Amino acid sequence: MAGEKGVVLLDLWVSPFGQRVRIALAEKGVDYEYKEQDLMNKSELLLKSNPVYKKIPVLLHDGKSICESLIIVQYIDEVWSNKAPLLPAEPLARANARFWADFIDKKVYECATRLWKLKGEEQEVAKKEFIEIFKLLEGELGDKTFFGGESFGFVDLALVPFVAWFYAYETCAKFSMEEECPKIVAWGKRCMERESVSKTLSDPTKVYEFVLFLKKRFGVE
Amino acid sequence: MASEDVKLIGAVMSPFVMRPRVSLNLKGVEYEFLEETFGSKSELLLKSNPVYKKIPVLIHSGKPICESLIIVQYIDETWSGHSILPSDAYDRAIARFWAHYIDDKWFPALGGIARAQTEEAKNEAIEQVFTGLKLLEEAFEKCSGGKPFFGGETIGYVDIALGCYLGWLRATEKLIGITFLDETKTPLLCHWAEKFSSHEAVASVMPETDKLVEFAKMIQAKFKAPANK
Repeated sequence: MAGEKGVVLLDLWVSPFGQRVRIALAEKGVDYEYKEQDLMNKSELLLKSNPVYKKIPVLLHDGKSICESLIIVQYIDEVWSNKAPLLPAEPLARANARFWADFIDKKVYECATRLWKLKGEEQEVAKKEFIEIFKLLEGELGDKTFFGGESFGFVDLALVPFVAWFYAYETCAKFSMEEECPKIVAWGKRCMERESVSKTLSDPTKVYEFVLFLKKRFGVE
Repeated sequence: MASEDVKLIGAVMSPFVMRPRVSLNLKGVEYEFLEETFGSKSELLLKSNPVYKKIPVLIHSGKPICESLIIVQYIDETWSGHSILPSDAYDRAIARFWAHYIDDKWFPALGGIARAQTEEAKNEAIEQVFTGLKLLEEAFEKCSGGKPFFGGETIGYVDIALGCYLGWLRATEKLIGITFLDETKTPLLCHWAEKFSSHEAVASVMPETDKLVEFAKMIQAKFKAPANK
C-alpha cells in the first residue's frame, strides 16, 4: 500500500459520513479517486485499510489510511490548509465546533435509524427525540448564516449530509421538518447553494428508496 | 499566566476529569478544582454544560468548554510548552483515531462487565476488553517507536486518553479477580502503565484503586437496593 501516490476515498454513495469527506475534498479543490465499496462483500483494500472497524469512509493519502469521517475531515483541513479553512483559527471557537460536530455524531444517526426502523410507540419516541435534537441544533445556529458564522465550516459539513435524509425520515415517521425546525431547513437550502454540497448530497428520493430497501432487508413493514 | 482564570468542574473518581487535569499539569497551568458532590449537580455545572450536564467542564476566563478530549485539545492549543498532540497531521489523525476507539469501544466494554445481566454477557465483555488491549498493544508498538509513551518521549494524546482509565481497569481487576494487564499478553502496555501512573503530572491526580473499588461497591449496592427514593 505504501508509495501509492495520490488521494483515494473508499466510500458508499449514500453514506452521510462519506459525504462529509467528499464535501471537504471539494471545498479544498483536492483531486481524488472515488472507489465505491460493496459493504455486503467488503474488499481486501477496505479490510486492510480499516482493520479495526471495517467501515467507510476511509481516506488513503499516498498509501496511508485515515479512518472516521470527522478525523478525516480534520486531516484534510490540516494538510490542505491553503484554502477554505473548515475549522476556525481560534481555540475556543474550535472547541465549540468540535463539540457540536461530536454532538451530531453522538445523537443524529442513532436516533434517525430508530425513526425508520421502528414502529408504533417506539417510533413516536424516536420522532420526539429527533425533533428535540434538531431544535437544540436550531438554537445553536440561531440567526447565523452557517453554524460557524458567515463561513461554511466543520459543523455545517458534519450535519448537512443528513438534510438529504429529511424526506425519508418525514415520510417514515409522518412529520414535517419545515414545520418543526424551519431554521434548519432554511440553513440546509443555503448550504445547497454551495457546489461542494449540491454535487455531493444524494437525491432525497434515492435516499428514501434506499431506506425502503433497508426496511425490507431488516423485515420492517 | 499564573493569575489566569482557569477553573475545572469535576470529581476525583472520574477518569474523564483526570484527562484535563493531567493536561493542565503537563502545561504547568494552575487551576481551581471545583469538586462536584456525587448524586447532585451544581448550578454552575448545569449552566456551563446545559446540553449534557456532565463533568468535566473547563471554564477559562468565564467561557465553558465541555467533553474531556475536546478540553484536552483546547488546552493543547491554548497553552504552549509541552505538546500533547503530535505535530505531523497524519500522526495526529492516528492519535485521534485511537482515542476515539478507546472511548467508543474499549471503555464501554470495560463498563459492560459491571453492567452485564448474565454470566454470558459478562464473559463476552471480558473477552472484548482483552481483545481491545491486544489491539492497543500493537498500536503502542507503532506509535511509540520504541519510546516510553504512545506520544513518544513524552506523554501524548493517546497516553492521556487510555491512561486515565487505568484506575478503573485496576479496580475492575480487583472486583472480578481477573488480571487484564498481563506481562505475558501485553508486556509493552504493562510497562507503559507503570511509567504513566508514576509520572509527576499524573501521580497526584490518579485516584487510588482501593478507593475506586469502594466507590464501585457503593454504586452497585445503591442500584441493587429497592427503589424507595
